[in-house]
Amino acid sequence: MIEKKRNSTNLNSVTEKFIPKFLLAIATISILTTIGIVITLLTETINFFRDVPFLDFYTGIELNPLGDNAVFGVLPLLTGTIISTIIAMFVAIPIGLMAAIFLSEYASEKVRRILKPILEILAGIPTIVYGFFAFTFVTPLLRSFIPALDPTNILSPGLVMGIMIIPMVASLSEDAMSSVPNSMREGALALGSTKLEVTFKIVIPAAISGIIASFVLGISRAIGETMIVAIASGSNKNFTFDITQSMQTMTAYIVEVTGGEAPAGSTIYYSLYAVAMTLFVFTLIMNLIAQYISRKYREEY
Amino acid sequence: MKYVDAEQVQKKMGSRLFANKLAKGLFFLATLFGLVVLLTLIYRVYSDSIGWIDFQFITSKLSTTAERAGIMGAISGTLWLMVVVAPVTMFLGVGTAIYLEEYAKNGKLKSFIQTNISNLAGVPSVVFGILGLTVFVRNFGLGNIVLAGGLTMSLLVLPIVVVASQEAIRAVPKFLREASYGMGATKWQTIKNIVLPAAIPGISTGLILSLSRAIGETAPLVVIGIPALLIPLPDGIFDKFTVLPMQIYYWTVDSALVAEYANLAAATIVVLLIVLFLMNSIAIIIRNKFQNRF
Repeated sequence: MIEKKRNSTNLNSVTEKFIPKFLLAIATISILTTIGIVITLLTETINFFRDVPFLDFYTGIELNPLGDNAVFGVLPLLTGTIISTIIAMFVAIPIGLMAAIFLSEYASEKVRRILKPILEILAGIPTIVYGFFAFTFVTPLLRSFIPALDPTNILSPGLVMGIMIIPMVASLSEDAMSSVPNSMREGALALGSTKLEVTFKIVIPAAISGIIASFVLGISRAIGETMIVAIASGSNKNFTFDITQSMQTMTAYIVEVTGGEAPAGSTIYYSLYAVAMTLFVFTLIMNLIAQYISRKYREEY
Repeated sequence: MKYVDAEQVQKKMGSRLFANKLAKGLFFLATLFGLVVLLTLIYRVYSDSIGWIDFQFITSKLSTTAERAGIMGAISGTLWLMVVVAPVTMFLGVGTAIYLEEYAKNGKLKSFIQTNISNLAGVPSVVFGILGLTVFVRNFGLGNIVLAGGLTMSLLVLPIVVVASQEAIRAVPKFLREASYGMGATKWQTIKNIVLPAAIPGISTGLILSLSRAIGETAPLVVIGIPALLIPLPDGIFDKFTVLPMQIYYWTVDSALVAEYANLAAATIVVLLIVLFLMNSIAIIIRNKFQNRF
């Protein structure tokens, strides 16, 4: 029996040594994913910049990847991305923040328990469904107010993208506001403030880092959003600021080019990676800013 | 000297209270806005799909004739995709979480992996599509089959499972572990027999949520290159496939040409939303049932 015990102990100690190494190997997969993304994007982007000069790409206002004289300027895609993001944030920031204030400062526990799941459901709807909604409902609706609106335009997907981001802004801002201690609210209330004054003079200033971080994460989400703009904004590559027109975002360009089965090794194939690299860097910077803000300016209570 | 001018306060009080009431109404309306959009969206999709969802629609294969088209191919493609995504995500996600929570020492490596995971969660899904296209479809030479799509999706939803599993493992109380050590169990025995069983509700909630994300995700699969053509039903993970969101995408885009395709897209959305609703309900039931057991 002692012999048996000793044998099993040996086996156990081997397992004990092996398991952590095995698990470490699994944990490094996530790092390998990041490295994989960076390397794939970087190598093909370098290939692209052999064909198209770096400056021409980032200052070019003409994008015509398919013609005989293909021209690659990313500015039409950048303006499309930035304009759709701005439209989205015009919807998501005020409505999301107001919803967060209501849930955190005004709503009773009962009301909160009904309203919060609704926001969660809204957050769980696949983006393709929002794309369908933008294309078949919001665009026709807007066209009855704005007859000049094109059947595919940047306004409608921008608005719908904003709606999609509301739950994200609302729940992150609400988390930030809920973590402001009640003693601070009570102090202000005792001095005779109304709830509105407490919200704007005490709670929001105290939670501002979390609130701004939620805005930045929302922006990052809007930049990376693909299906809504791919469906509802068309593939017009003109350099324009007219929101009633079709504009292509970086993500929609990636979808269009891969959907067309670009032959590997062609400039248009490489342009995919250059655009994806730009997109990746944009969202990465936004995410890092959000992390920095919420770490650096976090007030500890 | 007067500290508080009661008259002055009284004069301003009315407008201050009014502003408060007005703001409260406004904030309430903003919160309700989400509900209104949700109801409009569901009503809109539902009314478009009336008359299009029936047994024939669920069980038929794709067809260019709107009346005869069905989503059997997309349903079986989605199921096969889950056959890849569920085990791969669970294996990688739970493994990573166990390493981070139980084995990794607080230090540079742990915080590096942790930061990396939260950054991965913020990478746009279309970029994961590019990774899948380059690595799985082209470099590994898999082509646009279920396996390639599934591996790409697994990497995309990995952060969700890791974070959920970490929280579940962290919530297992210390006394359970100590009791196990006290009985002479080794670290791995404790994890395997005590920590993981106690953390299973949290882990499965995270897994279900990540799968429902994978079911609804479209962009990476578009990038990998799922054809809009009529393909035979997939028989395994090495076959070409299509999934529900891809079908919605193609039908929505083509509805500009054939109006009935919009109805087909709406009908497919209804099926997709019902599936997601069921999955999320299961996740919530598990979460509520096993909450606060310790």
